[in-house]
Amino acid sequence: MSTYEGISEARAAYLRKIRRRKIFVAATQFLILAGSIALWEILGRLKIIDSFIMSQPSRIVKTFVHMLNNGLLLHIGVTCFETLIGFLLGAMIGTLIALILWRSSFISRVMEPFLVVLNSLPKIALGPVIIIWVGAGSKAIIVVALAISLIVTVLEMLNGFLSTDSETIKMATSFGANRTQVFTKIVFPANVGTLFNSLKVNIGLSLVGVIAGEFLVSKAGLGYLIVYGGQVFQMDLVMCSVIILAVVAYLMYQAVVLLEHYVNKIMNLGIK
Amino acid sequence: MSVDEQFGVIKLGAILKVEHVSKIYQADNGEIEALKDISFEVQEGEYIGIVGPSGSGKSTLLSIIAGLIKPTSGDVYINGNRISGISSDIGYMLQNDNLLEWRTIIRNVLFGLEIRKMLTEENIEYAEQLLKNYGLYEFRDKHPSQLSGGMRQRVALIRTLAVKPKILLLDEAFSALDYQTRLAVTDDVYQILKRENMTTLMVTHDIPESISMSDRVIVLSKRPAQIKHILNIEFPEDVRTPLLRRNNPNFGQYFNKIWRELDVHI
Repeated sequence: MSTYEGISEARAAYLRKIRRRKIFVAATQFLILAGSIALWEILGRLKIIDSFIMSQPSRIVKTFVHMLNNGLLLHIGVTCFETLIGFLLGAMIGTLIALILWRSSFISRVMEPFLVVLNSLPKIALGPVIIIWVGAGSKAIIVVALAISLIVTVLEMLNGFLSTDSETIKMATSFGANRTQVFTKIVFPANVGTLFNSLKVNIGLSLVGVIAGEFLVSKAGLGYLIVYGGQVFQMDLVMCSVIILAVVAYLMYQAVVLLEHYVNKIMNLGIK
Repeated sequence: MSVDEQFGVIKLGAILKVEHVSKIYQADNGEIEALKDISFEVQEGEYIGIVGPSGSGKSTLLSIIAGLIKPTSGDVYINGNRISGISSDIGYMLQNDNLLEWRTIIRNVLFGLEIRKMLTEENIEYAEQLLKNYGLYEFRDKHPSQLSGGMRQRVALIRTLAVKPKILLLDEAFSALDYQTRLAVTDDVYQILKRENMTTLMVTHDIPESISMSDRVIVLSKRPAQIKHILNIEFPEDVRTPLLRRNNPNFGQYFNKIWRELDVHI
């Protein structure tokens, strides 16, 4: 075994076992995916399922190619843009509110019941209100996305801020650190992990908000395509859009993960 | 007597004076009297151990001296000045090293200076010199997680010394370490502190630790804590380190004395 030169036989066997297990998992995942697609296609061709209602992989591909020449990229772009704006606003405003609540235990105690109610309220229910208040269009969709992700961010960040190790804060205080220094030098850096956890949850929530918003009011976007496809009974279009949405959601999540790795790397290099 | 001589007299006085300090905590279910009329003085360069039953308010006493909490009554003076709030003359070390994982060793060491906005070239040089003196300079760009428990404690000590405190407070600073590391670290820290001629107050629940390091041991009673006894610890000239002290015949006698004073019941 040339790959495992200079290590003991037992170690080599262990490494081989781990590699084999990894390959086995990946192969099984691929087989499940490929198998389902193939089964779906075959059942459609044999007329066991009605491909008009259930659609069919080959028809989805055909729709995809057709749509590419008919503004699909615009629809994807619109959805991505709205999600990103809602997501960034949610993260920033949410962290800011959490900071205010962390600094003032009075405000945080006053706000607690309101936050709990707002958190349990399905924000989609506010959709019609938001549309009337900010007007139909992209703005309303972004606000819906924001409404969905904001409260969760506030609660999660506040929880993170409040559970920062009190001994570390005491250490900083004993050097004479004021509240602002305690926040910027201890509490915030200690909660970068919390921030990324909430970003990961938020990217999904913002997408939910955007799609729901597009269902309610829109002229473009993947949510619009799904609703439109449903209304004209074009299941191929619906399925195609859903699959694209899944890919978009995955890529956005991975972007957050990548950003997290990058930030961790910078922090570990100890750049000021 | 000239003014200079007067100042000379004051300088020879106690560096730290604790006068009739009492502390009563207000809690939901009533008042808790933590400290009752605590008075003592500390001379420059002295190493004072404070022992007492757990929950007796030892840490409260240190927090008051550090200015982190206010006493209900009584005063604390450093070099004759009454302290109110956090004093820059005090260095405070807690049970955990509290090193910040996202900072390198050097930036952890400079943390106190950064907070006090004293990152001058001279102070940075002093901090780097401390790292060099105590064998940590080569780790300056490493992160705390890459260091052993004993080394981390040493970094925490240097972080405290870098702001040039006049008095060092150690609050169970070694109790998070395992026994062997702790013996080595106390030996290490003791020699650093003696070399820097640092006035030190150490709170501990570990009687042997207090005997092995202190010039005097203050024994506190159960809550509300009062001073039961202040014991002078004396060893022969050549017994200089905590480890050597532990092997000296005097050690057992002091232990028995403090043990009896503490009056421990299960």
